[in-house]
Amino acid sequence: MAASAAVTANYVLKPPPYPLDALEPHMSKQTLEFHWGKHHRAYVDNLKKQVLGSELEGKPLEHIIQNTYNNGDLLPPFNNAAQAWNHEFFWESMKPGGGGKPSGELLALLERDFTSYEKFYDEFNAAAATQFGAGWAWLAYADNKLKVVKTPNAVNPLVLGSFPLLTIDVWEHAYYLDFQQNRRPDYIKTFMNNLVSWEAVSSRLEAAKAASS
Amino acid sequence: SIIKEMAASSAVTADYVLKPPPYSLDALEPFMSRQTLEFHWGKHHRAYVDNLKKQVLGSDLEGKTLDHIILNTYNNGDLLPAFNNAAQAWNHEFFWESMKPGGGGKPSGELLALLERDFTSYEKFYDEFNAAAATQFGAGWAWLAYADNKLKVMKTPNAVNPLVLGSFPLLTIDVWEHAYYLDFQNRRPDYIKTFMNNLVSWEAVSSRLHAAKAASSSSA
Repeated sequence: MAASAAVTANYVLKPPPYPLDALEPHMSKQTLEFHWGKHHRAYVDNLKKQVLGSELEGKPLEHIIQNTYNNGDLLPPFNNAAQAWNHEFFWESMKPGGGGKPSGELLALLERDFTSYEKFYDEFNAAAATQFGAGWAWLAYADNKLKVVKTPNAVNPLVLGSFPLLTIDVWEHAYYLDFQQNRRPDYIKTFMNNLVSWEAVSSRLEAAKAASS
Repeated sequence: SIIKEMAASSAVTADYVLKPPPYSLDALEPFMSRQTLEFHWGKHHRAYVDNLKKQVLGSDLEGKTLDHIILNTYNNGDLLPAFNNAAQAWNHEFFWESMKPGGGGKPSGELLALLERDFTSYEKFYDEFNAAAATQFGAGWAWLAYADNKLKVMKTPNAVNPLVLGSFPLLTIDVWEHAYYLDFQNRRPDYIKTFMNNLVSWEAVSSRLHAAKAASSSSA
């Protein structure tokens, strides 16, 4: 499951698959410089320091995440490891000229499991808007069904038995420079309408189905 | 009950009202910008108050004091819907009143003596408070609190505060990212140091400690 989620960089700050200004005007270069260049970088650097000399050293990111979640009673490296994973997954969940309605098989599955794209949109929107404090909202896949999930802090669907397909970061650092005054709903809409990479979601869904069968 | 005394003595008096800070919005510059106060007080804090009002309208919580709502919706951590807005309204008022222009640095008199008694030195307290604020992962608050005749440092997630954990809050720093992102971006440690060195109102802390001790002895 974890391997198919395709976050491949272990202990490496992988750049997003586009330049830092490529998501403008929807997500500013300044945001990417801080969010990727400082926050994400710090999670990777701190994880490296944290596992150095321990039995986790050299283990893949997903291994560390699964082995430090500890049923919610988190062991120390969990936050850094999961946040390193989550952020790489987040950059790859977006693309310039993204957003809007998907097509083909993905649209068919969204319509099957949510009734319509609009119902999915509303449910994803609500999850992202109501995750109180810091966290993430996800489209995920489990038991041959798509579902929307929201998680606090660094938690992600990997530790909850689901394949992540899409994520939006709703920690305030993700949107505060572009959308102050708690305009998280505007950030979420902008993400949905202008940033989502349905290609990435389709690719992850393919991998998830292959891993399930 | 001691919990009622505790909450009343914390002296957050505005129920369902967005009380302005006890200074103008630019008064904490350059340590906390006017822009931050405009957003943090004018939008975030305001939203908690407005949303709480809507949320309790027509319910059995309507008209109850903020402390009552907080204590009755915490539900041992299995939060009832009104908790987050109520606690955040309380926490933010308490936060503004924890700061003052020209604040920060080392206290004196009784407060210093108690910090030295319970933490060994002001520097040890400073380090412990700093560490709590820096390591509260995600959104939350760090506190100086009083319980069982002892000062202690606490950290809490999201909207949780010491009232629901059986302690009198004396001082708080907001470590939700919205509190420092405009002025310090990801540099939370710099924000905490600036708060400690330049913003803390030890007068407010002393006044709250006084009330806490009075409430403790009257319930003994």
